Parts: sequence; C-alpha cells; structure tokens
Amino acid sequence: MTQQNRLQSGGRIQRNKALSFSYNGKTFKGFEGDTLASAMLANGIDVVGRSFKYSRPRGIVAAGPEEPNAVLQLGATEATQVPNVRATQQELFDGLVSNATNGWPNADMDLMGYVGKMGGRMMPPGFYYKTFMYPQSLWDTYESFIRKAAGLGRSPLENDPDTYDHLNQHADVMIVGAGPAGLSAALQAARSGARVLIADEQSEFGGSLLHSNEQIDGKPAAQWVAETVAELSSFNNVIMLPRSTVNGYHDHNFLTIHQRCTDHISDRAPEGQVRQRLHRVRAKWVVLASGAHERPLVFGHNDVPGVMVASAVSIYVNRYAVAPGKELVLMTTNDGAYQTALDWANAGRKVIAIVDTRANPQGELIEKARTAGLKVITGSAVIDVQGSKRVTGVSVAPIDADGGRVTGSIDRLSCDTVASSGGWSPVIHLSCHTGSRPVWNDDVIGFLPGETVQRQLTAGSINGEFNLKGCLEQGTRMGAQAAVNAGFEANVDAPAATAAVIAQGPAMALFHIPHNKPTSRAPKQFVDFQNDVTAAGIELATREGFESIEHVKRYTAMGFGTDQGKLGNINGMAIAAKSLNKTIPETGTTIFRPNYTPITFGAIAGRHCGELFDPKRYSSMHKWHVENGAKFEDVGQWKRPWYFPQAGESMQDALNRECLATRESVGILDASTLGKIDIQGKDCREFLARVYTNAWAKLPVGKCRYGLMCGEDGMVFDDGVTSCLGENHFLMTTTTGGAARVLTWLELYHQTEWPELEVYFNTVTDQWSTLTVSGPNSRKLLAELTDDIDLDRDNFKFMDWREGTMAGVPARVFRISFTGELSYEINVQANYGLHVWEKLFEAGAKYNLTPYGTETMHILRAEKGFIIAGQDTDGSVHPYDLGMGWCVAQKKPFSYIGKRGMAREDCVRDNRKQLVGLKTKDPQAVIPEGAQAVKDPNQPIPMTMLGHVTSSYYSAFLGHSVAMGFVRDGLSRMGETVYYPLADGSVIEAEICSPIFLDPKGERQNV
Amino acid sequence: MFDIYCPHCQEHREEEEFHASGEAHIARPLDPDNCTDKEWAEYIYFRKNPRGIHHELWVHAAGCRKFFNITRDTQTYEIKETYKVGQQPTVTE
Repeated sequence: MTQQNRLQSGGRIQRNKALSFSYNGKTFKGFEGDTLASAMLANGIDVVGRSFKYSRPRGIVAAGPEEPNAVLQLGATEATQVPNVRATQQELFDGLVSNATNGWPNADMDLMGYVGKMGGRMMPPGFYYKTFMYPQSLWDTYESFIRKAAGLGRSPLENDPDTYDHLNQHADVMIVGAGPAGLSAALQAARSGARVLIADEQSEFGGSLLHSNEQIDGKPAAQWVAETVAELSSFNNVIMLPRSTVNGYHDHNFLTIHQRCTDHISDRAPEGQVRQRLHRVRAKWVVLASGAHERPLVFGHNDVPGVMVASAVSIYVNRYAVAPGKELVLMTTNDGAYQTALDWANAGRKVIAIVDTRANPQGELIEKARTAGLKVITGSAVIDVQGSKRVTGVSVAPIDADGGRVTGSIDRLSCDTVASSGGWSPVIHLSCHTGSRPVWNDDVIGFLPGETVQRQLTAGSINGEFNLKGCLEQGTRMGAQAAVNAGFEANVDAPAATAAVIAQGPAMALFHIPHNKPTSRAPKQFVDFQNDVTAAGIELATREGFESIEHVKRYTAMGFGTDQGKLGNINGMAIAAKSLNKTIPETGTTIFRPNYTPITFGAIAGRHCGELFDPKRYSSMHKWHVENGAKFEDVGQWKRPWYFPQAGESMQDALNRECLATRESVGILDASTLGKIDIQGKDCREFLARVYTNAWAKLPVGKCRYGLMCGEDGMVFDDGVTSCLGENHFLMTTTTGGAARVLTWLELYHQTEWPELEVYFNTVTDQWSTLTVSGPNSRKLLAELTDDIDLDRDNFKFMDWREGTMAGVPARVFRISFTGELSYEINVQANYGLHVWEKLFEAGAKYNLTPYGTETMHILRAEKGFIIAGQDTDGSVHPYDLGMGWCVAQKKPFSYIGKRGMAREDCVRDNRKQLVGLKTKDPQAVIPEGAQAVKDPNQPIPMTMLGHVTSSYYSAFLGHSVAMGFVRDGLSRMGETVYYPLADGSVIEAEICSPIFLDPKGERQNV
Repeated sequence: MFDIYCPHCQEHREEEEFHASGEAHIARPLDPDNCTDKEWAEYIYFRKNPRGIHHELWVHAAGCRKFFNITRDTQTYEIKETYKVGQQPTVTE
C-alpha cells in the first residue's frame, strides 16, 4: 500500500523509520512520529466507524482528545485488548493492531446502515425511553442489541499482563499543558527554583506550536520549543511529563495525571517497564494552560467522512505531512481558520473556496488568502454536503447577517474535503472539576474559567487569548506569579518571548448553519457525532418541554459519549438557547467532571490488584494449617482455618469429628486473631467500668471477666474477656472483626470525654499468638508442657490466669472457655506460636489432640448458647434482648456507656424481639440462618414475621440441630411452637427453648 | 482528596491517613440518668447538616491516632482551620 495522502516533504515524522500497522485486518505503513489517525489518513482510510444510532459512516474529524469518531479497539492479543482508544492520541508503533469497534459485518460495509437510513425518523431523541420501555421483560434482549450496535468496544477476556503503578508527587507549581503559555510559565517557575511539574497529553511538548508557521523571537516556533524544552531539561527542579493527561483536578489542589509510559512503543510494555502510571499530585499552585478546542460548525450532512475541523486539517498537513484530501472547501466564522486554507495551498493542494459566513471580513489572513489567489465567498455558508463514504461536493448559499436563514440560490461546488471553524472553545474542563462554574464571554464566544477556591491560575487560550503573543505573555506572567505565590522569588514583569500580532477582524457568533428547509426537514445536521445528536433533535427536545440544558443533554444523550461532548456541547447549547429564545448563559452552563479523557482500569488500580488488592493477615501457625489441609475462611483481612478435613471427609464429617474429639478428649483452636488491647494507667479500672456494662472495680490481679460493650443507644456492639494483669494493667480481648473499631472507640471516649483519666491503650493483637486448648484432657496435656504453672483445679480456677512457661517459652495462660469445656487460652509471643503449637501436638498425640477451625468453634459455642457479637447481634439488640441482663450492672456510680440508652422507652417496652434457643421438631432439620419465624405458616402472604434465626448448626455431640434466633417476646414464650417457611415451600417447625443446649449448670468447664 | 493539617503532628498529611468521625463539639451529658428520652436522642442521633461552615471531628487514624477538629466549608470543601479537642473554633461563619 502506498501512502497516497502523504506529502513529499515537511512534518515532524521520521521518514527513514517506516512502521507497519493493521486496521481491520489489513496492513498499512506509516512513519515514526505519526499518530494512528495521521497514518490512517495518509493511507486514505476514510471510514473509521459507524455511528451510534443511524450507523452512518464516519471519518476522522479532529486531531486530539476531542475526536469523536476514530475511537478504536487496540491490541494484538486477547490479553492486550484496549477499548475506546482515540486514534488521534495513539502514537503509531510497528506491529500496532487496530479495529473499528462497530459496524457489522464491518465499518466500511455495514448492514445496520440500511436500518439507520430507514430509521432516521424511527430513532428520535428519547428513543430509548420511548421505544424500549415495554415490555420490561424484553430489556435484556434490547440491551444486548443496543450494545452490539453501539460500538462501545469490548474488554479483554484475559488478564492484563502489564504492570501499572501510582506515583505520589509534590509540586510547588504544577503546569497543565505545554503549549506556548505552559512552556513560558514553566520557564519562569523553573528559574525561581520552585519544584515544577509540567504535563502534556501529546507525545512532544509544544502544543499548537508543533504545527504552527509563526515565529517566536524571530525564530521558527518549533525551534523556540526545542530551546525551551532544552532549558527546562537542564533544571533538576523540573519534572516534564509528555504523554501525560491531567485527567482530574480535585480538592485542595490534588491532581491526577494519566501517563502512558509505553503505549507508544509496543502492544505490551517492554520487560521490566510500567505500561501506564497514575501520578497523584499535591500542588501548591496550579497554572492551567490547557488551551482551546476548535468548534466545528453544524450544517447538513456535516458528518460525511472528509468533513473536519479546520485546525485539524492544518495539524495533519503541517505536523504529519498528510493532506487528507485533494480539494478543500473551508467554511469559517473567523479569521484564524484562513490559515488552514493557506496551509492546504502551501502543501500543493487545491483550495476550491473559502466560504466565510461574514458579509465583509477584513484581516491580515484574509488579505493573504486573497493575495495567494484563493477564492473567498463572503456572507455565505456550506449548507449541505454531498457524498456518503467520502465528501464529493457541497452546497453553498448566501445567508443573512445574523446567520439565521438562507437568503439566495444554492451553488454546488465539487470537493473531497470540508474544513469548518466556528471559533474556539477554551478547555475549561479541569477548572470545572473543582466546582467552579464557567462564565460565558461574548467577545471570546465561549465559556471561560469561573471563580475558583483553588490555588489556581490560568494562562493562554483557556482565557480566550487566541494570539500567540498574548499566550506567551500570559504564560510568562502566570508562571512567575505561581512561583511567587508558592513562596519563591520571581519577577512577574519579566519579559516574555515575542511574536508578531496578526491583525484580525471580529468573529461571528454562529454555531448552527441555516438550511433552506426548516431544521426538522433539512438534511441531518450533527451536533454530537458520537451519540448521533442532531440540531433537529435538540429543537425537538425543547419543543417537548425540556428547557434546562441538563435535561436536554440527558434526553438527547448529547455529551454522554466517551468524548464527553468536547466538540458538540457548546453548539448544542447554542441551538437549544436559540430554540428557547434565550441567550447561551441564560440556558445554562456546561459542567465537566473528571476524567477529562477515558482512563484505563489498569492505571486506576495501579499495584492494588491480585495479591496486593488487600493486605492479608496470617497467624504465626498459618504454615502448619496449610500443611495440615485446612480450609480457610476470611475474617476481615485474616485467613482463619475454617475446618481441617481429612481424606474422604465431607465438611459435615470433619465438623462432627472435630466437635466430638473436643468434647470427648481435647481439641485446639488458633485464636490468635482475637483483638487484644493492652490497657495501662492508674485509672484503667474506672475507664473499663465506663465502657463495659458490668462491674470492674473489684476484679483482682490474676482474674478474668467477660464484658459486654454497648453504644450510647444501649445496643451491644462487641464483647470479650478482659483480664487484670496488674493493679494498673489490663488486657482486653475483642472480636476478631471488632478489634480496630473497639480501640478507636476507647480512644474516642478517652480523648474527647474523659481526658482526665490516666489511661493508655495499645493494640497487641499481632504481638501475641493465642492457642485455645479445650476439652476434658486439656489440663493433662498442658501439664506436660509446663513445670512452673500450677494447673491444680483449686489453685488455677475457672476465670483465672497465670504467668509462667509453656513448652519452654514465657506464656500467659487464661482459664476461660468459649466451648463449655475445661479450656485454656495460651498466649505466647507471636514468634513462639508455632513452636508451642507443635509441642502441643507432640504431647497431644496420645489424647488424639484435634485441630479445629472457626466452624467447629461456632458449633461448640452455640451448643452452650454463647453469642457472637455481629452474628447474633445486629446493632438493634440490647443485653436484655439477649437474655444477658446478668451482665448489666445497676449500681455502678458512673452512668456507663449504654446505661441510659437501654433505659429508653422503646428499649424497655414489652414485645421486643428476644434471643432464644430453637429446638426443631425434626432433630435432623437445620433451619437456615436468616429464616423468618411466623406463628401461622398458613397465613396468606405477607405473613406476620416474629423474628429470624441468627445461628444454626447440626450438633453431632447432642445428635440434633441447635439454633438461636430472635422471636418477638421470645423469653416469655418458652415451649411455644414457631414455624420457619422456606423459599422452597417447606416449613420447619421449632420449639422455643433456652439457648443453652448443653450443660446448663456449667459443670464441664468447672472440673 | 483533602490535604489535612494534623494539629498534633503539626504537618499536612493526605486524607487517606484520616477518618471523619462526624460533627464536633457533641458533649456527652454529664448526668445521663436525668436526661429525658428526647434529650438523650438529641445527643445520640440529631446532627446538623449545614451548607457552609461545619465543625467536624476527625481522627488521624493511620498517624498519631489523635482526635481533633476541623472547620470545613461543606460547599467548597475548603478547610478553614484545624484545632485540638477542647479548643474552640475561630471560624464560625
């Protein structure tokens, strides 16, 4: 294939470095320095996709992030698929594989297009609301059809093999954009010694200067760019980020930059390199020099491939040495766009005509064009375009002075390229991100950044300054100002680089070109190419009563594509305003939100994926658990053994074995994950009395006590055993999941309510391993591992703790029980945990010492009616609801947390839901947790629900199921029957009973 | 993302290190047992939700673990001041 549109000379491409790429399966050639878009244009690829609603062929319109049509699927392999890549921002590399994202069977030969042609009137705005509302059951069908037709691209089916990362940056001055204003600003800020970060979305710094014919300081603009970049590189206080889009401007001068580090090199990042990086920048001051986007005009069939934005044509000609056609018609409302016709003529291509909507334009560029012999048709407009897959000609007609209507006969001109310019829209997106409302300016004919609360300055064409000289001056001043504001010395009156001022006449505020037919009957005049929104559609929306621009946007879907309406929004607002007989500022402003351009999930996730998505916490015995076949359960970030199946065992088999072994001999649980808070200070007793519901004043050293913790509303939120280690020293245990919350809770009350109490808290969860040895043989087993702890039943009683050695290492042993058996919790320094665990197994073989996991722990405690905070409580139950009034002190002097709350009217009323035991009629039936209790299973739906099941298991030791649950007024309904209707239609019948199914007198733990 | 000055650490740190803990200056009644249900409900449930200046309690959760107060504009997200628990705000409107 030859590059038929490639110019013989010029451009910033490397002609000695040819690159191959494929588009829709065909191979083409381009050069290093090309974008995918410029290479496609060089090869004469006109159609790059089909439109969203009407399936019309679409070509490349722009040359930057505002491109709505050339949105392609990239990737040579399944794993490297990237959807929604703008060809205008993708640098070409050798071997690049691209495909159009829509069109069936392909974009060039599309069958949907025929539907679209017929369907013009079938798909008005509000199409989706109107058409796909009913029947709702068919929505799934509609949706897949719409998605297929909509060309949204597709995500890869395999994992992305590349690495992405995040980098935190701190800058004194952050400059967004490296055009004339941004580079000037960077130079001043850099010279002041400030830490400067300058980012630009293009592959090279220079912005508009990369395709400009203008001179700066008497040198070609590109030379000034090279010299400026060289000077900036010499500073070690400057970081320059090309290929880096500042995508979000957030609170407190926090900006996010999406840097594409290797997307320009190859399909996959080279070995050892990060593909993309998200910079998280905290800047003292920001200079926005983000430039402006040229607005296309809205006219009949303005979407035919070959119709482009004027400046884009100049960019392709001057920067990439590609003339995307042979014969050009330029339509403009302003002087600036004449440059495109001059560039086109300089490239040796034919300018058919310049159609100026103004009756009598005067200016330097117009003179230049006339001198060059270019035909200028004034007071006229291109009202329609001919052609389907490529422009073949245009209809030109005279229009009146305000551009409201066609006033004369229509001329036809034949051409293959149409460039249009309706003026420039400042790129105010980032300024909008911070909540600043943009302000309309009639001289600029565009929105400017509004007032801001951020430490932000703006320079260049974002301010509506479209003269190069002005941009250089503003950049120079604002760069110095930002440095001064950030605390550095700089001269805000330093001279800027100079450029000639081109005298220009006034531009015309025209957005929508009239047609000789009314808009609704005229050929389609596209406003938003990506969502197929037309001028007629917007007028229809306003006729249907949508007056707020926000409603018009949602009804028509204008600006809702991946381009976020960068080209179309202002035109659409202008059309809505005119239709409503209002001014543009009266109609509303346009608000942009992050991100400025689409960002990959990879960049957002950075390293926070796979193994690093969330930290995992392991106890010091984890290796043993893995080696012994444990199945694990996630409890918060902890990996806890769930159960230890042996060969051939089902889960229930394993649980039955673990339970029986513990009840009959001895079992062991790794309880290291329990929260442990070390509490010290002379007032810790008083503090405990205030945060627990029960009494703590008299707990002696060497004793342990169970405590319930409530909120100020009186509802239980955590529980655990706290032990008195010394007169001013306690160790509190919490639930595994509640550890961090309880510590914060203690700190909150200490710091904000009772700072006068001398008490200190620290987490020691990770410092101690906890080994719970439980069962009738536990004492005998422990005796084999210690020679300095007296385990005698009368010297080391239930709810005592002792210090000594266990398996030769220092240990604290607590005689507490969550199983109802004789039970000891051994705490040793975490790094000794595995050692003690293994020693216990060495000695425990003769007792059939059996490891058990969280599930058996749950069954054993449920047999005893012990609650688990968070499973049997849900923030709406107080201690009395749980039947735990025994744990609530009445006479403590201080009104502890929870006391007043549980005395509220609603908490002391009758008929509250209360926790009870549930004994199923069928001893083998296990009620599903969450099942709802009813009095009468035959009551028509909705049934009166009395409560729900919170814990339910099969108990191998008891030979029947055990369950706990809430039942309205349950504590006074012992012996009554309740029913649990299940989703499958069956009903489980259960008798209300005490939740203590095993050993109600507690004899087993007191042996 | 906020840039927050911790009055205890005496430096600006990223919001990720902090947790918001609701409205500041909610004092626990000194004699809860003699509060009416309504007074108790005011204390535990009812909070301002102002548009504009708001005094908030924050904790430097991944830092010094100290609670402190922030005066923040809920419209602009501007932080006007931070001050220690027990101190009073200087910005009130």
